[in-house]
Amino acid sequence: MQRNIFAFLSGALFGAGLLISGMVDTTKVQGWLDVFGDWDPTLAFVLGGAILPMAVAWRIAARRRTALLGTTMPEAPTTQIGPNLIIGSVLFGMGWGLAGLCPGPAMASLSFGGWGGLLFLAAMAAGMYIAPPLRQQIDRRIAQA
Amino acid sequence: MIETAWIWGLIGGLMIGTAAAMFLLLNGRIMGASGILGGLVDGSGRSTGVERVAFIIGLVLVPALLAALMGGAETNITSNPVVIIAAGLLVGVGTRLANGCTSGHGVCGISRLSLRGIVATVFYLLAGGLMMALFRHVFGVI
Repeated sequence: MQRNIFAFLSGALFGAGLLISGMVDTTKVQGWLDVFGDWDPTLAFVLGGAILPMAVAWRIAARRRTALLGTTMPEAPTTQIGPNLIIGSVLFGMGWGLAGLCPGPAMASLSFGGWGGLLFLAAMAAGMYIAPPLRQQIDRRIAQA
Repeated sequence: MIETAWIWGLIGGLMIGTAAAMFLLLNGRIMGASGILGGLVDGSGRSTGVERVAFIIGLVLVPALLAALMGGAETNITSNPVVIIAAGLLVGVGTRLANGCTSGHGVCGISRLSLRGIVATVFYLLAGGLMMALFRHVFGVI
């Protein structure tokens, strides 16, 4: 139960941060990506601001085997740079640039994003649904090669 | 407003990072928006389903309340349904293939100097920048 309460609170603070930072506004995100236009540096401050507390958290986590509510800490990051990572990141970046929305802000703006936001969420969920078989295909091709 | 945008960006960013820190140190989870939702969509995260749903409820509810208090919030999302559907599909497939998005690879990955997180971030930033250059400045669609 405690874990669910803190999951709710983490989501709540994440959502508040996305709203306050302006990252739910697609013009700000597209403005950051638009290096040939009227460039908007806000996203760099958001990412930088978010990395700071998280870097401290990782240092604390490194000294612990379990989280405060009992679950085991995430494993050390793998260093494997496979085709799935590259292909996936390129596809994600393409969609991110087209609409100016990534998964966090897409969910955070559910209540005020209008029909466009809902349509984006539906398409994103559909994409997430078809991804696992696609990943298997890519893995199979690599195994054969 | 334009001059203070970076301050709000920094404050909001610190809040996002604190949320991620909380989720890691208390729940032992990496705060990745695409992973939390994707695990529900494809069923791979069924064992932690309630925790995921609780996170998403917070993520939707609090911006809804804050936006209502602030008298609304602007997303300025395009009104072109073809662009929206294409973008949504790309974001959904891409984040699940790459196993992370801006929050997972960007915030949580870079902060632990994960090579995968850094490589992913470089590629989605480049791809996003290229799409802006092409579809705004060459084709004039967005």
